[in-house]
Amino acid sequence: MSGKTTGTVAGEQRASLRRRPFFWIIAAVIAAFALAPAIGNNVELRESLLLATVYITLASNLNIMLGYAGYINFGSIVFFGLGGYTCVYLISAHGWPLAAAELAAGVAVSFLALVFGLGILRLRGAFFALATIGINEAVQAFVSNFEPWGGAAGLYLPTTIFKPLGGPMRALWVVYFLLVAVMGASLYLSYAVKSSKFGLGLIAIGQNEDAAVVLGVPAPLYKALAYSLSAFLPALAGGLYFFKSAFIQPSDAFDLNLSTEAMVIVMLGGRSTVTGAAIGAYLYEELRGYLLTSQTFSSFQLVISGALLLLIVLFVPGGLMGWIYGRWPRGKEVLE
Amino acid sequence: MSALLAVEDLGKSFGGLRAVSGLSFTVNEGEIVGLIGPNGAGKSTVFNLINGVFVPDAGRVQFRGGNITGETPYRVARHGIARTHQVVQPLAELTVLENCTVGACFGRENLPLYRARAVAREAAAFVGLEDRLAMPAAQLTIAGKKRLELARALSAQPLMLLLDEELAGLNATEIERMLEVIRSIRARGIAILIIEHLMQAIMGLSDRIVVLNSGQKLAEGAPAEIANNPAVIEAYLGDPALAASLHGGAPA
Amino acid sequence: MLGIIAAIIDGVLIGSVYGLAALGLTLIWGVMEVINLTHGAAIVAGMFGLYLLANAVHIPPYATLPLILIGGFLVGIVLYWISVHRLMGRPPLMILLSTFAVNLVVIGLGTAAWGTDLFNVPVSLPSVTWGRYTFSGTHILAAALTTAIAGALYLFLYHTKLGKAVRAVANNREAAELAGIPTTRVLSLSFGLGVALAGAAGMLIATMFPFTVLSGDAYQLKSFVVTALGGLGNPAGALVGGIALGLIEGFAGQFMPVSWTLVIEFVLFVAVLIIFPRGIFAFRRA
Repeated sequence: MSGKTTGTVAGEQRASLRRRPFFWIIAAVIAAFALAPAIGNNVELRESLLLATVYITLASNLNIMLGYAGYINFGSIVFFGLGGYTCVYLISAHGWPLAAAELAAGVAVSFLALVFGLGILRLRGAFFALATIGINEAVQAFVSNFEPWGGAAGLYLPTTIFKPLGGPMRALWVVYFLLVAVMGASLYLSYAVKSSKFGLGLIAIGQNEDAAVVLGVPAPLYKALAYSLSAFLPALAGGLYFFKSAFIQPSDAFDLNLSTEAMVIVMLGGRSTVTGAAIGAYLYEELRGYLLTSQTFSSFQLVISGALLLLIVLFVPGGLMGWIYGRWPRGKEVLE
Repeated sequence: MSALLAVEDLGKSFGGLRAVSGLSFTVNEGEIVGLIGPNGAGKSTVFNLINGVFVPDAGRVQFRGGNITGETPYRVARHGIARTHQVVQPLAELTVLENCTVGACFGRENLPLYRARAVAREAAAFVGLEDRLAMPAAQLTIAGKKRLELARALSAQPLMLLLDEELAGLNATEIERMLEVIRSIRARGIAILIIEHLMQAIMGLSDRIVVLNSGQKLAEGAPAEIANNPAVIEAYLGDPALAASLHGGAPA
Repeated sequence: MLGIIAAIIDGVLIGSVYGLAALGLTLIWGVMEVINLTHGAAIVAGMFGLYLLANAVHIPPYATLPLILIGGFLVGIVLYWISVHRLMGRPPLMILLSTFAVNLVVIGLGTAAWGTDLFNVPVSLPSVTWGRYTFSGTHILAAALTTAIAGALYLFLYHTKLGKAVRAVANNREAAELAGIPTTRVLSLSFGLGVALAGAAGMLIATMFPFTVLSGDAYQLKSFVVTALGGLGNPAGALVGGIALGLIEGFAGQFMPVSWTLVIEFVLFVAVLIIFPRGIFAFRRA
């Protein structure tokens, strides 16, 4: 019985997650994100890492549906946008403190996702993907018409909003640290799901849903839970992101590009892996930074995302991590 | 012996075509019952009706005295009925052990992950896959995938197994080994309902045989009775090889 | 009352064009069970095809239709080989992603070239007055041309050898392969046809309404709604579903601002998919 287990199935004992090296790798990533800009008060680095925390949060959560359960969610940005709207609205119209507004946004969006999920997750495969495109379009159209949320013009927060956090300069740091926390929670969530029975069920669904159901995986429930679970942290990230901007409008909140980028990131890093979503986000962010500063490429961002996605799907469907595991099979045990 | 599974007056149509109608039979605890019939007789449909892949239009499926008619496949699995597929359905990118772990986790016992792994290991070893635990299922040979189907079903620790043509596509040596495995499953007290085209094999294996023709029960009885039943022989006349094998000839 | 009846008839005219677009989507699904997410891009390409040919080359607007059909067909065949062929037999997720990626590239190139400005192709046709009602000539001609194209497609599928091969492949690819039909060629041809139909629909829409590079998403969603109503993979259902959607839009437009249309359509889409997974107008597949 030499076959050491790989992938989703870990050691025989009920080992706690903390005893495995990957737990500490995630902790180190979080610490690096928090400390790197704080040392020396580097605001420029902070702003660039802030975008990375959003990418990692979106990609990690998308990975739960796209990577584990094998369901394409073209509208994952809806969670981010609705979270942002709920949070900004509660603060601006009802004067809620940030923490309460954030929590309400996360809970409300997850609940909405559960309701959506129970409905549309009865649809299989391609039909589900179509419905998620529709959700994005419909929610954006709805919000653009929804007067309490400012319609197409959006919502503003007054600058006094940063006072409770110690003024604008300090507030930006607070929001950044909170986003790092949300990113860390996303990585741990992604890891915990993957190491659990729930995650095994999702991965079985992703491999062959009919077979999984016959084996006893309660697919409709699991899919709806996964969909709802993957909504919570992006909603928090959306709340923080738009709180920081002090402004939200439909075209920013439901920017389909961000949904697309999250998908490119997951595929680039390697779907169904925790590390892949993080490394993919980092690589993509670097690439994007280069493209945006390059005169020739800045207007071709969509073209390049698309071409990159196509090349990955055609030639490296396992992404970066799939490529690494192919050459170094034991890598699965260290980098989940 | 009490009936473990009782199918009563089962019926199912697809777009006006009656796939199964008025079918009743039972499987007792610890028994092996063979389900035979010409191609298109509705054998696999019966499996799909029992484990909830299809919802029957008429009739009832009773398991351990409870009504499980029309329950979803994952609930049926939880009751303790596991099955294999005629066309193998591996979870391709997962390893052999992971495939079996899914079976153990979501089967009758609903085990937590860490205990499911031990059960999965044992089931994989039982069918002779212990040296391929870490191999992705997609890389197994066809015989290996057939074994995996069986190991995964066993991992669920079922009370009853539905085996759909486990021997199809295997060579003579592999068939012999698979038959050994099936006999030792029965020795564990698990009831088996088995669909098989190899007459010699199923006649030797089964305690009782149910013959289906055009979705209806044509005959039922001990293997020897079935082999001499004129109605059965007549139904198979269009298929001389099968008719010959009913009389103890070589497998088709 | 006057307004409603006129709006409903106009809705039927416009809806038939939605049906044509959906025909392209449903044909591809019916033959190879692939959801073509370049569909929206193909519609937009048809719109800008009209714009370029009519404005830059000065071809009469309706004379561009055959050119767009042929161009769409050829581009579709190329798209099949780039984004679909290698991925046949892999998880369906992969083809969704690859066609989505091509869509991004096309839309990205379009945005780089034309930005997101509103374009309009002036087509002067006399309007038709019937009793107290007046209908736009472009709408009537679009419906007529749609009928002609759909009729031609019917003749092709049911009365030519190649068309029968397409249906055979749709019915059972393996059996068709065994019967000696070159299935890969049939698949690429069907993809070409699907893209050509989407392009033609885009061209006809552009004769009726202004458009932007990003219009494809909204019309792609309409095609999804139509196929959901008519049953995915069902050509006749696509046409009926298109007309039904046009009717609903025409009717709803009387009671609420146009900006709500997308919300209504989406709700309809999901509701129909859940309640009638095979479509409200699901006829037996040909």
